[in-house]
Amino acid sequence: MESALALHRFHFAFTITFHYIFVQLTLGLGLLIFLMKLLALKTGDERWNEAARFWSKIFAINFALGVVTGIPMEFQFGTNWSRFSKAAGGVIGHTLGMEGLYTFFLESSFLGLMLFGEKRLGQIGHTLATAAVWIGSWMSAYVIVATNAWMQHPTGYHLGPKGEILLNSWWSLVFNEWAFWQYFHTIMGGIVTGSFVVCGVGAYYILTKNHDEAGKRFLRLGVPVGALATLLVAFPTGDMQAKLVAQHQPATLAAMEALFETTKGAPLAIMGQPDMEKKRLDNPFIIPGVLSFVAQNRWTAEIRGLNEFPEDTWPDQIPLLYFAFHIMVGLGTLFIAVMAAAAVWLWRGKLFEAKPLLWALMLFLPLPYVANTAGWMTTELGRQPWLIYGLMRTADGTSPHVSSGNATFTLLGFMGMYSLLFMLGLFMIWRELDHGPGTKGEASSGY
Amino acid sequence: MLPVIWFWIVAVMIAMYVVLDGFDLGAGAIHLGVARNDRERRMVLRSIGPVWDGNEVWLLASGGVLFFAFPALYASSFSGFYLPLMIVLWLLILRGCAVEFRSHVDNAVWRPFWDVVFSFASALLAVFFGAALGNVVRGVPLNADGDFFLPLWTNFMPGPNPGILDWYTILIGVFALATLVQHGSLWVNYKTEGDLQSRARRTAFAAWMAVVALTVAATIASFSIQPKLAQSFAEMPFGYIFPALALAGMGGVAVFLKRGEDLKAFLASAVYIVGMLTSVVFGVFPMVLPTVGDPSTALTIHNASAPEYGLKVGLAWFTPGIILAIGYTTYLYSKFAGKVDLDEAGH
Ligand code: HDD
Ligand code: HEM
Ligand code: HEM
Repeated sequence: MESALALHRFHFAFTITFHYIFVQLTLGLGLLIFLMKLLALKTGDERWNEAARFWSKIFAINFALGVVTGIPMEFQFGTNWSRFSKAAGGVIGHTLGMEGLYTFFLESSFLGLMLFGEKRLGQIGHTLATAAVWIGSWMSAYVIVATNAWMQHPTGYHLGPKGEILLNSWWSLVFNEWAFWQYFHTIMGGIVTGSFVVCGVGAYYILTKNHDEAGKRFLRLGVPVGALATLLVAFPTGDMQAKLVAQHQPATLAAMEALFETTKGAPLAIMGQPDMEKKRLDNPFIIPGVLSFVAQNRWTAEIRGLNEFPEDTWPDQIPLLYFAFHIMVGLGTLFIAVMAAAAVWLWRGKLFEAKPLLWALMLFLPLPYVANTAGWMTTELGRQPWLIYGLMRTADGTSPHVSSGNATFTLLGFMGMYSLLFMLGLFMIWRELDHGPGTKGEASSGY
Repeated sequence: MLPVIWFWIVAVMIAMYVVLDGFDLGAGAIHLGVARNDRERRMVLRSIGPVWDGNEVWLLASGGVLFFAFPALYASSFSGFYLPLMIVLWLLILRGCAVEFRSHVDNAVWRPFWDVVFSFASALLAVFFGAALGNVVRGVPLNADGDFFLPLWTNFMPGPNPGILDWYTILIGVFALATLVQHGSLWVNYKTEGDLQSRARRTAFAAWMAVVALTVAATIASFSIQPKLAQSFAEMPFGYIFPALALAGMGGVAVFLKRGEDLKAFLASAVYIVGMLTSVVFGVFPMVLPTVGDPSTALTIHNASAPEYGLKVGLAWFTPGIILAIGYTTYLYSKFAGKVDLDEAGH
């Protein structure tokens, strides 16, 4: 049983992490393409439309991969987590059902019009179709994040006579306070990915002196949007997330910072490795007081350490959780620095000659993917050992009749198939980047 | 009352899925056969390109609705049908990639590869969906908690220890393939012109004959495997309206196809599908998952549904949502109406 549990967990984690690679770009790029269309309408400059068309091709490849990897997710609650589904389906089935009805229909219907309808719809209609796809993806993110938020912080339910989880307020499910901040934080994370991708490609074009006119255009849009998003992802959204965790999941907060003992004026670790055997942080490099400030807005506040919680309610992967959290926050800080510098140089009109900055923007392209993945790992590992925080343990949620052999079989199947999809996606996106905007690669986005 | 309403909502959504995604699966199954060169293959793909994802969303939306209205059914069936469901997911992934990526690269290796993937994945999906329906009619070995796990096959006999595949479910799988081939060829016939259209038309005729023969075989087999079917029709004779609908659709396909009324022939095929599916659903009602063992363990709309509050608020968000969804679907189909035109940009 133990190994089946581990397999089911890894199965879910692997497939959702892969899905999220594509989703985060959709969330950011959808907005950016819409902004390009708006700029084209406003300035009448056809080159913004050209930019929108170029990014739409990349969007289309990415979106297709997001769709095909999203379909398994919709079914995996039932296949691998049947006891959880039976217990909680009456609650989270609502948000998942709404996702299908309100958002997937919207996105899938308007995507075709966004990609191929420019002539049929005219510029204003086409801009609206682009907006529909963008809004659809943001709505989709909301309901799915609300699902996750309910698992982090269940609301709107009461327990039946046999311990059943019974929904009694749809409003508190959909407008969970946790969902609100989690949503804005994830959306900002998506915009960070989108703007770093647009800027990274722009910087590459300028550095290689290939399509550099388009490259400059990408930076003129990507840098301001990216600068704003990198700030918002940290403050207030990330900060509020941390405060919610501190308030509702105190053991998780202690584990995220590897705070083994209750401390007044608790520090934030910049570096250090949690030592689970000796229950301390090795090689610590810390700034005192910061954790207390982040969690409670007071430099001297007391933060409860892991010693206050029974060990069987500690997250089971504390080192991984700790590193995931630190990677996210560390990268987030670097993002702010890079984007702020780029914004200042852009404003002074010197960005396009500033080689080191262009190199930095180009090399940072993959890092928001790392930060977003690390962020989700923080959330999901931090929730352990609970599947629904305080209500149901992860170990009690699996499908009892799906053996470890069958789970291994399908896990390997997904790993094999997804490795191929990943290479395929990179290959096709690389081709589009190589063609660049303007040149129309043969049937590159038709059927 | 609420569980009954949700039962029929889920049934109609699934029927909607089969009618809509059914034609693009069928078009995929005949893709290699009827479309002989790159131009024709692009025509087949363009006839479904802008709509296939929206069609598939009916499956996802049905899954979502099933999840909250009948959580115990969702949990039991998805974990019990674990292996075939995962295979279906892989086929859906491959097929989606084939449709979207095939025409991206113009290359003598790339395109034929995706054509084959597209065709095989579509055909296999039709067989699997049929087999799934067969399993639901035959029943599964439910335990006292309403759980089960089926291997892919045992001895191919629908006895007390069945597998996903036995002679009965394979029969239904082949039947589903024939039905969707008919449905898909009628769609291609309606959307295209020239040689491609005449080949699609001939395929539709052939498939129609297979469908007639298989309808008889599958009906006899189903009534002998699942006694509840005969019982339902005997107790509630108004239920005969569903098979009557199927027969009307079946006749309509032949008549309209002969007369060259292509859209009507396609719609008749849709009516046939809806008639067949509703007949099955009516026949097993109020069960949602019959059992091959002690009948009291069967999952029914009563023991598998969510509590009343959820079903009630569900109706409140479902009603505007489905109206919007039907609105988008109609708008999309109207924007891409008419014969496909390869020379126009994009599609
Ligand atoms: C580009 C991506 C990105 C960046 C730069 C950051 N985050 Fe983040 N973070 C996410 C992307 C993300 C995410 C992927 O969107 C997560 C996963 C789930 C969620 O709600 O958002 C997340 C989760 C997450 C959590 C976990 C909540 C929980 O356990 O439920 C906290 C406390 C923070 N973030 C806080 C921060 C802070 C203080 C940052 C300061 C720089 C920060 N994040 C930068
Ligand atoms: C918002 C929708 C999401 C929901 C409803 C959700 C739900 C779940 C569920 C049911 C599990 C399995 C049970 C468990 O191990 O606790 C899980 C595990 C996990 N998920 Fe999520 N998840 C979501 C988003 C994500 C995303 C986008 C990522 C991307 C990185 C992610 C990463 C993980 C990881 C790493 C695990 C494994 C944790 C572990 O078991 O050790 N999740 N999630
Ligand atoms: C376990 C949770 C999840 C499930 C069940 C799920 C399900 C799905 C499905 C079925 C699709 C395909 C829709 C179509 O056919 O058009 C999809 C796509 C999408 N999902 Fe998810 N998803 C999950 C996690 C997430 C998360 C965490 C986010 C965002 C925060 C997200 C945002 C999206 C978006 C924007 C799309 C559009 C396609 C794309 O660009 O990738 N999903 N998802």
